Amino acid sequence: MEELLFFVSALGALGGAVGVVAMRNPFYSVLALIVHLFSLAALFLLLTSAFVAAAQVVVYAGAVMVLYVFVVAYVGGGGESAWEPIPGQRFLAPLLGIALFVELSVAVLSSSLLALGEDGPDVPAGFGDPAAIGRLLLEKFLLPFEAASILLLIAAVGAIVLASNRRETS
Amino acid sequence: MNAEWFVVLSALLFATGAMGILIRRSPMVILLCLELMLNAGNLALVAFSRMVGNGQGQVFAVIVMVVAACEVVVGLGLIVAIFRRRLPLNVDDLRELRG
Repeated sequence: MEELLFFVSALGALGGAVGVVAMRNPFYSVLALIVHLFSLAALFLLLTSAFVAAAQVVVYAGAVMVLYVFVVAYVGGGGESAWEPIPGQRFLAPLLGIALFVELSVAVLSSSLLALGEDGPDVPAGFGDPAAIGRLLLEKFLLPFEAASILLLIAAVGAIVLASNRRETS
Repeated sequence: MNAEWFVVLSALLFATGAMGILIRRSPMVILLCLELMLNAGNLALVAFSRMVGNGQGQVFAVIVMVVAACEVVVGLGLIVAIFRRRLPLNVDDLRELRG
């Protein structure tokens, strides 16, 4: 049952990723990314991390993707030109991607991490639920938590400054 | 389920995102491919966290999510600013900073 769930969600995640790369219209790319994110949330649930899965669905598939859809609707998704600045780019890039995948896989699988081939230790019932993550965030990782909140504030102010409609007065 | 399945899947998703960044020329789709790569990293972090039996990797994944949201906000603001100035939305034409 667990294997079946893993392969179904892995297929969904991979199909979504390939769809993002292959779709010509940016709007369809955004929709493919939403499929990818939901499959990834299922994978997080398989890894008994309920809070990360919920945050994935709420933050990414809910908020960030709505932002993308608005911007695609505002800018308008035109097709890309077929002109290639580097000859053969369309064939060289997949080769490079495959080489990167093989290299990463070899690097991970040939490492001396013995626990890679196991199921992992048995975890207590509350592993990865919101209470455990919240306790970690507010006790052990309080400083990164505050830094993340300041980063969000700076990003919001920066986006308003970048996208505002004022005229240059230099 | 072995952890190595998850790690290999995350390597595959990362390579797909990197390939998309190399192929596509619309800045919006390049941002989407960046999201793919960040999410692949998140999957590896959560898989390692489960493997160790420690929740700290999941906190790391949540922080990565926050950083990804910031990057999307700034990137989309840049795209809107580029569009307002009637510049082409094509990374090959926007290369004055290349030197």
